Amino acid sequence: MSRFKAADRRIWLLIAVMALLALLFVPFSQHALGVEYDYTLQTVALGGVLLGILSGVVGCFAVLRQQSLIGDALSHAALPGVGVAFLLAGRDAGALLIGAGVAAWLGVAFINALTATTRIKSDSAMGIVLAAWFGAGIALLTFIQSSPDASQAGLSRFIFGQAAAIVRADVVLIAQVGAVVLGVIALFWKEFKLIAFDAPFADALGLRANLVGALLATITVVTVVLGLQLAGVVLMVGLLVAPGIAARQWTHKLNQMVILAAVFGAFGGGVGAVLSAVQANLPTGPMIIVVLSLLVFISMSLAPGRGLIWAYLRRRRDHQRFAYMREHDIDVRP
Amino acid sequence: MSRPEDTPTRIAFTVEDLTVAYQGKPALWDIDLRVPEGVLMGVIGPNGAGKSTLIKAALDLVPRAAGTVRFYGQTYRQARRLVGYVPQRGSVDWDFPTSVIDVVMMGLYGRLGWLRRPGRAERDAAFAALEQVDLVKFADRQISQLSGGQQQRTFLARALVQDAEIYFMDEPFAAVDAVTERAIVEILRELRGRGKTVIVVHHDLQTVKDYFDRVTLLNVALIASGETGQTFTAQNLKAAYGGRVSYMADSEQGGDDDNDVMLVGD
Ligand SMILES: Nc1ncnc2c1ncn2[C@@H]1O[C@H](COP(=O)(O)OP(=O)(O)OP(=O)(O)O)[C@@H](O)[C@H]1O
Ligand SMILES: [Mg+2]
Repeated sequence: MSRFKAADRRIWLLIAVMALLALLFVPFSQHALGVEYDYTLQTVALGGVLLGILSGVVGCFAVLRQQSLIGDALSHAALPGVGVAFLLAGRDAGALLIGAGVAAWLGVAFINALTATTRIKSDSAMGIVLAAWFGAGIALLTFIQSSPDASQAGLSRFIFGQAAAIVRADVVLIAQVGAVVLGVIALFWKEFKLIAFDAPFADALGLRANLVGALLATITVVTVVLGLQLAGVVLMVGLLVAPGIAARQWTHKLNQMVILAAVFGAFGGGVGAVLSAVQANLPTGPMIIVVLSLLVFISMSLAPGRGLIWAYLRRRRDHQRFAYMREHDIDVRP
Repeated sequence: MSRPEDTPTRIAFTVEDLTVAYQGKPALWDIDLRVPEGVLMGVIGPNGAGKSTLIKAALDLVPRAAGTVRFYGQTYRQARRLVGYVPQRGSVDWDFPTSVIDVVMMGLYGRLGWLRRPGRAERDAAFAALEQVDLVKFADRQISQLSGGQQQRTFLARALVQDAEIYFMDEPFAAVDAVTERAIVEILRELRGRGKTVIVVHHDLQTVKDYFDRVTLLNVALIASGETGQTFTAQNLKAAYGGRVSYMADSEQGGDDDNDVMLVGD
């Protein structure tokens, strides 16, 4: 039993380390990068942190259902919705989000229809939808850019993300919708866990996997749409799944994995947003991905139990220990 | 719990005219089946014969193209609480971040219903089931750190905790060692002793006579179903497996079943 306690302590230690890193990052960015934490940047950073938490938590389930690509398909599928909404309603942020959401939802429905009625496998179906929707989106945006309407400039931020565009009202929206999404996850924790592990068994028990799956897809769409202006359609999938992948390396418990993913996501989202604010027009998506990839890389190498370095050290220790025991005729067989 | 001798045996599980197709290709063709209460029934047939499909169609997990399935006369929706299920072990990702005890408690999620979380009572029930499969000391073990046999026993415990009347088990003996197989058989017999009906997909023809009092042979169509003695015959096996299996029954009397020989070849 004590082994598990030690493992639990390690998670808290890791969270403390991440908090410390975040605290150190503030003075570092002020002095080395000349970042000024004025009202605007605070808003941007807060938005990045909140979106990171949200994507990290929601993304865990995509990772565990081995559906990482769904996040990619969703975000790419959202792009034509942004274009159509712009043509219909202009720059209104709410309309753009709704357009993105509707297009992403249609993308999911199309993926499900393809896999249900044809022999096409789900990853191929996602690939098809991703490419088709994204292509349509790019064509639409190019058309809009070339039109004489002067107010179109804001749309390109949806491709690679532009945290600087986040304003106070966005942060409030993210916080409110995010709270609802996290509430749904807390409420349906048992159901989400079961369909992620064994969906047919959930069906057999009468906890309908397709309903629960649709709910999960809905909160994923909401999260992706909210995250678009931060991370952009191309790299949103990274913000969604990288925190979960990194967190998975450190723990064997779902609740700990979700908490850790929230912490990693917050760090990636916040730091990425601030870094992209160093220079005007620096896209945020790539910054976030750089930070998160680093976290994934470190987790993969260092994490106890699963990490590569850890595995190497343990193999070496076992090798030496058992060689010693054989030499001295110490029998350790159970 | 034993039934008085004169009570007529009830039929626990009935299948009528069942046909299941995947993308227009039938996996099960016009199956009729009646399984009496309190039996241990083996379902055998070659790979792709539709054994797993039969279970999935019974539990409404795949759509039926035709036919009906009844549990004590009720549809699956009505009889859900009466049915326990052990899926094929390979159907889930054993690297999922959860513990043995958590997986076993999943067997109670149906009874808990939507939104309610498992609590003390569910934990106790799960531990009791783990006791039966001799896995108590693995309760807090992460499932990624289990051997194949331990995974199988975890799934069995999850079904036991469902406290069902009719159990469907898809290859519960796959990749378990001889000792574990014996232990699982004992558990199945104990279930039968308590009047439960246990339907088991099985691959090892050598042990069919020993384990099961009834047997169903399947190869898309139903070949035969009935008491093992009359049903598990060379002729039926040939019909189910094609020319690939020849069965030479022991000609001596004396019940030395180990002398039965199974030759598998082309
Ligand atoms: N989801 C599916 N989509 C399409 N075809 C399927 C699907 N599941 C099963 N099949 C096909 O249906 C047939 C029956 O499959 P099933 O899994 O029931 O066989 P089985 O008897 O359980 O075989 P095994 O001994 O290998 O477990 C096979 O030909 C299989 O290829
Ligand atoms: Mg099968």
